[in-house]
Amino acid sequence: MAEMLEVSGLTKRFGGLVAVNNVSFSVREKEILSVIGPNGAGKSTLFKLISSFLKPTTGEVRLKGERISGLAPHIAARRGVVRTFQETTIFKNMSVRDNVIIAHHLRSKASLFGFFLGTGAAKVDEAAFGQSADEILALLGLSSLANETARNLPHGHLRALGIAIGLATSPSILLLDEPFAGMNHDETMRMVEMVRRLRERGLTILLVEHDMPAVMKISDRLVVLNFGQKIAEGTPSEIQADEKVIEAYLGSEDEAIGL
Amino acid sequence: MTLSRNIKIAAVVVFLAIVFIAVPAVISASGRFDLYYTLTSVALLSIASAGVWLTFYIGRINIGQGAYALMGGYVSAILVMNHGWSFWLTLPVAGLFCAAASVLIGLPILRLRGVYFAMVTLVLTEVARLLALALPITNGAKGIVSIPLPGALSVFGITLIPDFATLQNSRLAFYLLAVTLMVACFAVMYRLVNSRIGKLCQSLQQNEELASSIGVNIAYLRVIAYAVSSFFGGVSGAIFAAISQSIYPSSFTVTDSVNFMLNCFLGGLGYVFGPMLGTLVLYFGWDLLFQTGQFQLLIYSGLMIVLMLVLPNGLLSLAEMTRKKG
Repeated sequence: MAEMLEVSGLTKRFGGLVAVNNVSFSVREKEILSVIGPNGAGKSTLFKLISSFLKPTTGEVRLKGERISGLAPHIAARRGVVRTFQETTIFKNMSVRDNVIIAHHLRSKASLFGFFLGTGAAKVDEAAFGQSADEILALLGLSSLANETARNLPHGHLRALGIAIGLATSPSILLLDEPFAGMNHDETMRMVEMVRRLRERGLTILLVEHDMPAVMKISDRLVVLNFGQKIAEGTPSEIQADEKVIEAYLGSEDEAIGL
Repeated sequence: MTLSRNIKIAAVVVFLAIVFIAVPAVISASGRFDLYYTLTSVALLSIASAGVWLTFYIGRINIGQGAYALMGGYVSAILVMNHGWSFWLTLPVAGLFCAAASVLIGLPILRLRGVYFAMVTLVLTEVARLLALALPITNGAKGIVSIPLPGALSVFGITLIPDFATLQNSRLAFYLLAVTLMVACFAVMYRLVNSRIGKLCQSLQQNEELASSIGVNIAYLRVIAYAVSSFFGGVSGAIFAAISQSIYPSSFTVTDSVNFMLNCFLGGLGYVFGPMLGTLVLYFGWDLLFQTGQFQLLIYSGLMIVLMLVLPNGLLSLAEMTRKKG
């Protein structure tokens, strides 16, 4: 399988603290790869580096061979690396459907001025985005809530909306920031199903996550971080048997690594 | 937004008939020609306030519109007085000058949010006043006075607008100019807000990080919105200078900047026509309270506080509430 995303020698220093230290790995096309690690392992920093929300101190991130690290986040998004957010980050005063429609923005061919004048290109865009938004909402089971104001959605649906927003940008790789955080068992299972469906549609997914059972269930491969360094990489069963990983999680329940 | 297309068109026609026909008719019947000046001021202030409203729409509290109104006034006055330009040419130039200045100023300061942006813009008004005092070209505290009234505007020998100085009633002419520009300004604003650009602005207001993650160039959009806002400020300042035939460093002060903001609050930040209604009510409200003498400011402030408590979404939210109940 071809490599979609390549992370090489990525390092981020905040003053004296090395949050991410020389991390390298790659994500293959149509793969679900999870980055896990104990609290403070540098997962979130790594996530922000890959989505260009932070600039690396050294090292680089490449998408299909093209360097994307160091670009502004909106440019990285246009290249096809799109993230969701850990918190329930949505446009809370817009309707659910408008949230998804606006997220189509980077696909639009009309200019700002074109939108102002309502040119033909702008109208074509509007119609196409509306249709695409409805499809995405249906895929994520949000159709019935399309006209609801986003801030009124229950927790689980908010997370789904966050993913719908990401999907609307038609990314090459979707980065999910703790998609299972704060979810109960049923919600987690539904989210696992949803993420799988996305992959079946041909999407490559990288996720950062705490919830070990869910991660073990969903991932093709995992990368384990501890103190900013990569300590292991492999399939779920390889990771579960890895001594370094067990050591890193020592003191926590066995359950925490899905055993 | 639930109004049907026909009702919207009817509302626009009624509005145009009121400002262009009914108001002049009533004024000439009643002989209250001073009202022209008042209503002209309201129209011009509402243009400046519309600019402020647009910066609110991208999530920035703008208390600096006075700076651009002052700048626009000076640009127009200097071009007319020192370079013999026609007022009509200085009008767009003043707007564009302010827009260009706001791009340079906005690039660094629009990175700030919330109270930090508000504070910087507040200082901006004061900086503009001090600059006007200090620069040689602005003639210091003496200001620029005896600015001629706008001359005739002719295109290909056809006089579109007569020379204001030859008119018997230049007040009416200024009134018509001001309301025409106000109508144009709010038409532009309405279109902006109801096109994709409005949604993009809202996305900025509600979550800049998320907007950026879906590919919105937030820095660019912020600067564009701020430039449009400052353009309106500059144009309204330029006409004020022409009406009063003078411009001083104190023509627009921090108080004016604050008032532009209050106009938006009062009308409603969620409604594109909010600044127009807000300006009208605030301007006339203040005048009506004049009779209360020393209690004017006290009653005015008290009423403002009550209004903000009772109607946090502005006067226009009343219309929405009644529509929902009905």
